[in-house]
Amino acid sequence: MAKGDFVSSIRESQAWKSIFRHGPPTTPRNKTLVVLMNVFLHLHPIRMKKSGIRMSFTWCMGGITFFLFLVETITGVLLMFYYRPTADYAYADIIALREHVPIGIMREVHRWGAHAMVISVWLHMFRVFLTGSYKPPREFNWGIGVILLVLTLLLSFTGYLLPWDQLAIWAITVGSNMARATPFLGNEGPGASLINMLMGFDVVHAGSDARFALLAGRLVGEATLLRFYVLHCVFIPLAASVLMAIHFWRVRKDGGISGPL
Amino acid sequence: MPTPTYPEAPETLSRRTFLNWMAVGWTGFAAAMAAGLTATGRLFFPNVTFEPPQQFKAGFPSEYAVNKVDERFKKRYGVWMVRNEKGIYVLSTVCTHLGCTPNWLEAENKFKCPCHGSGFYSSGMNFEGPAPRPLERFKIGLAADGQINIDKTAKFQFEKGQWNDPASFLEIA
Repeated sequence: MAKGDFVSSIRESQAWKSIFRHGPPTTPRNKTLVVLMNVFLHLHPIRMKKSGIRMSFTWCMGGITFFLFLVETITGVLLMFYYRPTADYAYADIIALREHVPIGIMREVHRWGAHAMVISVWLHMFRVFLTGSYKPPREFNWGIGVILLVLTLLLSFTGYLLPWDQLAIWAITVGSNMARATPFLGNEGPGASLINMLMGFDVVHAGSDARFALLAGRLVGEATLLRFYVLHCVFIPLAASVLMAIHFWRVRKDGGISGPL
Repeated sequence: MPTPTYPEAPETLSRRTFLNWMAVGWTGFAAAMAAGLTATGRLFFPNVTFEPPQQFKAGFPSEYAVNKVDERFKKRYGVWMVRNEKGIYVLSTVCTHLGCTPNWLEAENKFKCPCHGSGFYSSGMNFEGPAPRPLERFKIGLAADGQINIDKTAKFQFEKGQWNDPASFLEIA
């Protein structure tokens, strides 16, 4: 059987056609359909300006950030097969991930990926600022980007506690002290005493404020570990995924990847 | 040209009545959603925490030696009991810089924080390092059985002049 026949027999098969409903990308129409008809590609523009993808212009920092998010997702899920977020097991499981589990560098990949993602997301923001890409009509996407930056930092913060060693516990103790100063919601924040005065009793106190909700207690304890684990593995990645979909889609809708409109 | 005829709206439900009912319905729905979300937010505030209680008894005043910093409740309750010539006060073990736990150095007669080097006298006054204010004190009193009662929900800060409050100090005659 000739090679061409074999390829075309696959392309003509019902299985192939059920997945790809357009012909081979040899015509402009089919090249467009490749992007339009693919759930993963359709967030992206069908075509873009040549200058828009110059490395010296974009630094590829948004793309690298997204790549690192995927790395973190995959390595993170692999770590979840071993890690148990309880005071008895957490630290031992972290050690086991290095000493007893094949490919013991998985946690290091996850950790270094997280550091790299924080750096790349800042550089991405810096580049967007330098090229003026926050200006209308892209100001909404800048806002989405700022939330994504905060979520990236919160992912790092919540992940910091999970090794459950002295560094982790004290870093979160110190870091979460900031939540005490939340306006109105933190017991040492501006407006808290006003609320307490108006209500006539202590509504906002150390056992009812934003820090308490974050830590599930007045101190960093086992309940905090579980709370941070759920935030780190489920809540924040989900929120970031939704916002990233909007972010990428808006890049396309607001005139394509950075460049003059 | 003949005038077009439109079917009459059914008399049982006028446009205005329909819109009014819509407004009632959506307001009710929004209120129910808000109430449900508020109730769900309550989930993040457990009714029971597995932490040491905020109020506890700290033994009899006679158990504390004069001019000593007592560390027996440091680990469990996060306080130092300090006895001077006049009485007893309770110091928080939370450094006023960033919230680490300082160590009591008996030989040097000071509290020293391992994180950034803040130093405090046994009175709680800060004298070195980055700590911006003295350690906090907690409410102290005597229970009916003669034991010391400590209440960590009430704190007294030197910079607010609260160390003069009689509840911040247990006088021993």
